[in-house]
Amino acid sequence: MCLSIPGKVISIDNSNPDLKMGKVSFSGVIKEICLQWLPDVQIGEYVLAHVGFALSKIDEKDAEETLSVLKKMGDLE
Amino acid sequence: MKYLDEFRNASLTKNLSEKIKKLVTENWTIMEICGGQTHSILKYGIEALLPDEISLVHGPGCPVCVTPLEMIDKAVSIASRENVIFTSFGDMMRVPGSQYDLLAVKANGFDVRMVYSPLDAVNLAEKNREKHVVFFAVGFETTAPANAMAVVEAKRRGLTNFSILCSHVLVPPAIEALLSNPYTKIQAFLAAGHVCTVMGFDEYLPLSTRFNIPIVITGFEPVDILQGIYLAVKQLEEKRHQVENQYSRVVLKEGNLQAKKLLSTVFDIVDRPWRGIGVINKSGFKLKEEFSDFDAEKIFQVTSLSTKESSFCIAGEVLQGLKKPHECAAFKNSCTPEHPLGAPMVSSEGACAAYFHYKKVI
Repeated sequence: MCLSIPGKVISIDNSNPDLKMGKVSFSGVIKEICLQWLPDVQIGEYVLAHVGFALSKIDEKDAEETLSVLKKMGDLE
Repeated sequence: MKYLDEFRNASLTKNLSEKIKKLVTENWTIMEICGGQTHSILKYGIEALLPDEISLVHGPGCPVCVTPLEMIDKAVSIASRENVIFTSFGDMMRVPGSQYDLLAVKANGFDVRMVYSPLDAVNLAEKNREKHVVFFAVGFETTAPANAMAVVEAKRRGLTNFSILCSHVLVPPAIEALLSNPYTKIQAFLAAGHVCTVMGFDEYLPLSTRFNIPIVITGFEPVDILQGIYLAVKQLEEKRHQVENQYSRVVLKEGNLQAKKLLSTVFDIVDRPWRGIGVINKSGFKLKEEFSDFDAEKIFQVTSLSTKESSFCIAGEVLQGLKKPHECAAFKNSCTPEHPLGAPMVSSEGACAAYFHYKKVI
């Protein structure tokens, strides 16, 4: 039930200050997602969404670093 | 899909698998808390990539599995009333109650609907003022802020025909309860990454220290899970016990502060019964008094329920990592996903259903 998936923010609607919404693309499937808990989220950033709510931004640099460390782990064999 | 495909990369999983095999010198038992992780482990055959010394046991992090039978029966009772639209996430619809599940209620002509988000239920209440819309608010810390937001939003819109049937549970008290069981075999935990996305991981630091146990906050893709296992095994082999964060691309130490603030605004922490396990102290949420107008249990006053569990089902032991699904006599015999005796056979994240679909058991 805690399934959450990454998607790219393609628009942000700030018209309701209590319920900031946005359109998020999940590989081309676009859904209305609540962005209220990510005050500084920008268009183009990736977020992790769960039952219609963005829980967290995805740290692109961190993801790349993790993958790079794991690749190097194999190269050192 | 970006951020999923890279973490399903076959050569990275192979690297990690080999690293774990080189590292291990003793037998270790590791529990993944979250049912989503159990599902990934079985679906991607991760156990086959591990040396024989590593045993994975599957935890209680499956809301479908641990929501008390009494709460399912209350949902069935409320959903079976005229003028109610009962809404729920899809995976709660087939959880067996004492007599019926929610799909049976729907089949009997009552208005039971699956929704994607609790906000959909709020919108439904706004459009159907003559009906009362109830949302079945189950789940862990990942889902609780969304359900809290639905209540706050219904209040803001002035809706008097919306309520939630609240049965939220919390991970850290469950870890404490599992480790307090003298029969536990668990030596390390993979903590639930998405729960920690909301809550952060400060709560896990005292648990790790008190029980001398490694806790690794872990994601859900095969590379994540293998890296989580690698970090846990490394700690075990080096006789360390710390909280580590494998899932740092989304989990911050402090979690999501806005979501946490909302939780403390809407909910109080209470003792909660867990199906198959029993009451765990301070292990769940209930609505605060100021939101009691949105509490379906108060509005509908469901009483005199007589609950009845299957006498064959060993779900409680499976959920505590004491037994594996195929050690149950009913598994694949009288208990199947089409006709589940217990909740872990219902949802894809339940250990029994995951074993049924993905594991070859001789």
